[in-house]
Amino acid sequence: MGDLSDPTVWLPLVFAGLMGLSILIYVVLDGYDLGIGMLMIVAEDDEKDRMIASIGPFWDANETWLVLAVGLLLVAFPTAHGTILTALYLPVALMLIGLILRGVAFDFRAKVSPPRKPLWNFLFFLGSLIAALSQGFMLGMYVMGLDWTLAHVAFAALIACCLAAAYMTIGSTWLIYKMEDLLQKKAVTWAKRTLIFTAFGMGTISLATPLVSPRIFDKWFSFPEILALAPLPLGAGALFLGLVLILRKLPKDKDRHAWLPLFLTGNIFVLGFLGLAYSFYPYVVPDKLTIYEAAAAPESLTIILIGTLFVLPAILIYTAFAYYVFRGKATDLSYD
Amino acid sequence: MDAVTLARMQFGANISFHILFPTITIALGWVLLYFKMAYARSGDSKWMDAYFFWVKIFALSFAMGVVSGITMSFQFGTNWPGYMERVGNIAGPLLAYEVLTAFFLEAVFLGIMLFGFSRVSNRVHTIATFLVAFGTTVSAFWIIALNSWMQTPTGFEMRDGVAHATDWFAIVFNPSMPYRLVHMLLASGLTVSFLIAGLSAFRWLRSDRSPGNRVALKTGVTLAAILIPVQIYAGDLHGLNTLEHQPAKVAAMEANWTTQSNVPLVLFAIPDQETRENKFEIAIPNGASLILKHDPDGIIPGLNDFVAADGTINHPPVAPVFFAFRIMVGVGLAMLAVSWFATWYLRNGQDLRPWLAWILVGMAFSGWIATLAGWYTTEIGRQPWLVTGVLTTTEAASDVAAGMIASTFIAYLVVYAGLIVAYIATLMYVSDKAAKQTPGAQSDKGYQPGFSSSPAE
Repeated sequence: MGDLSDPTVWLPLVFAGLMGLSILIYVVLDGYDLGIGMLMIVAEDDEKDRMIASIGPFWDANETWLVLAVGLLLVAFPTAHGTILTALYLPVALMLIGLILRGVAFDFRAKVSPPRKPLWNFLFFLGSLIAALSQGFMLGMYVMGLDWTLAHVAFAALIACCLAAAYMTIGSTWLIYKMEDLLQKKAVTWAKRTLIFTAFGMGTISLATPLVSPRIFDKWFSFPEILALAPLPLGAGALFLGLVLILRKLPKDKDRHAWLPLFLTGNIFVLGFLGLAYSFYPYVVPDKLTIYEAAAAPESLTIILIGTLFVLPAILIYTAFAYYVFRGKATDLSYD
Repeated sequence: MDAVTLARMQFGANISFHILFPTITIALGWVLLYFKMAYARSGDSKWMDAYFFWVKIFALSFAMGVVSGITMSFQFGTNWPGYMERVGNIAGPLLAYEVLTAFFLEAVFLGIMLFGFSRVSNRVHTIATFLVAFGTTVSAFWIIALNSWMQTPTGFEMRDGVAHATDWFAIVFNPSMPYRLVHMLLASGLTVSFLIAGLSAFRWLRSDRSPGNRVALKTGVTLAAILIPVQIYAGDLHGLNTLEHQPAKVAAMEANWTTQSNVPLVLFAIPDQETRENKFEIAIPNGASLILKHDPDGIIPGLNDFVAADGTINHPPVAPVFFAFRIMVGVGLAMLAVSWFATWYLRNGQDLRPWLAWILVGMAFSGWIATLAGWYTTEIGRQPWLVTGVLTTTEAASDVAAGMIASTFIAYLVVYAGLIVAYIATLMYVSDKAAKQTPGAQSDKGYQPGFSSSPAE
């Protein structure tokens, strides 16, 4: 790692941490609203309005974390930004089209004439699905070292489906927390059905990652490093088990523990993310470019860091304020 | 078609689509704040009628701007990897500050502004509205700072072929930045005022005589009449600034081939870059010299000065810049005529007439046309440079295969074309719906004071 008092060492590390944090927050937050978008296809019409209402005040801010993550990749690791996005050109373009469709469908569906509403509901579902699949595909390709072979594409396609399922799981748990009555019961069922694919996807990535890269294999299975890594799979296993148990019992009287599945799923995402971060550090482009090689000039990183240290706490505070304002069970959205 | 041209067309299509919506939301945020404050001052419910109608259009426009903006942040990397490699140390912090200081602010408080009316106090709601308007303007500030730096770069030095910042104040407040920022903010104000006037006139044509619609119409027309002369003056200053720092761009705008005095103002021509002359030229003698130098004998640089000895052309393509500039100025003059006439006509509480309403409807999206034409003038006028004197557009392009760019380009175009149609159709639909809900010449449908009496639940 080198000398931590040297800005060319600690600045890239700090920015990799900030970027990772943004990606993690994005995946959890936009994960639940993308998941709800995909679940729209199995919901009744009146349920769709309530599902949308539960994410209405948040989705825009949720997606801003993606802009921050890509922005940090762009500004802190400019060469990696070019390499990664050029290698993932097609899935990136598909994801963007998906995000465009769902973002605008959100507003159009509430404003167009009633006969057109089903079309925009469908586009909202379709956009969410395309965005989630593309993100999963990119994750799969990234794990495979951004190398386009048939086997890697097949693997990435599998991960695409699993990430979409994982988003549906966290989307369902958000609905369990925000909904009542029948829709809440349905959300419990949805969470149970999608959970198995989430677990399968995480297991597959965990198996594939060390097999693809000898460097990561050594990092995982050498002693004593294996002791440091062990809490991740054990913790994830415990969280999955807890989730299965609590989902069997929900919904409970007086809506007790309705928040718990969301909390557990969020933490599963955190552990999965930590596993990937542990495996790929210090590389930003797998096995090709480290964060130190890809970093922008220290004076530029310093000026961004100063701004970030002032602004990020403010962002977190007013984001928390927005969640506080729209706390409790979701109600129909209205502008007045 | 080669990959660079395709990458430019794709990026150009994206950024053209994107700018339409910030152009609306930047100024509309402030207009909404004005409606709220006017209500707070007067207690007249017509202001809240106007607010609740226009906040819907704000929400829709904002969503369109957000999703197309996300696309932009990726296309910097997919289309122009050389850009961040060469000038990432400058562009990076400016973009980062935009995301940190503006995006989150607008995104988070937008939720409260749109859906929090019955959940927070009126004061907090007004503050949220202010923060959204403020956020959109801060966003414009950073992005214009970066764009202007690319036009007129200062405050940096090149080390090993990579730009390094030496003076951040000089980078942000570079020579063309204040002019471009003012010009763009005024363009946003004009776009919004004509949109408000146009849609209100459309509602009027659908027999909407509600006070809320009338006050919006009056606001739109009056705001346009105030802003347009300011914009013409600011645009003139911006042009003089461009003449000083980017003479090749002005030469292309005026289609002036040779450096000379007594340059005529070309009203129409077809510039021919092959023969390097204007065909079918209609011009006012000494006009360009008078406008640009305030002297009929003023010497204006010509395009032929920007051709290297080996024949390499270092000036922008002339015809697109020349025509785009004329479209912008033409729309601006139409805006002046319409807004002043309409303000005069509506004086002392006079009502609209159908023919005037149709003119206003026709001008509803004139701001978009002028804004796009203005951006084409300045962006094509910057070619062949991406960052003047530092990086050419060709150098910044990626080595993504042309076929891949072409296929994604077509996909984007299909989506964007569909969305533009849906956007305008929805604007018409919500206007029509609003008109139907308020029949009669004097609607007395008002808001109950303390609107929280009708909770969203």
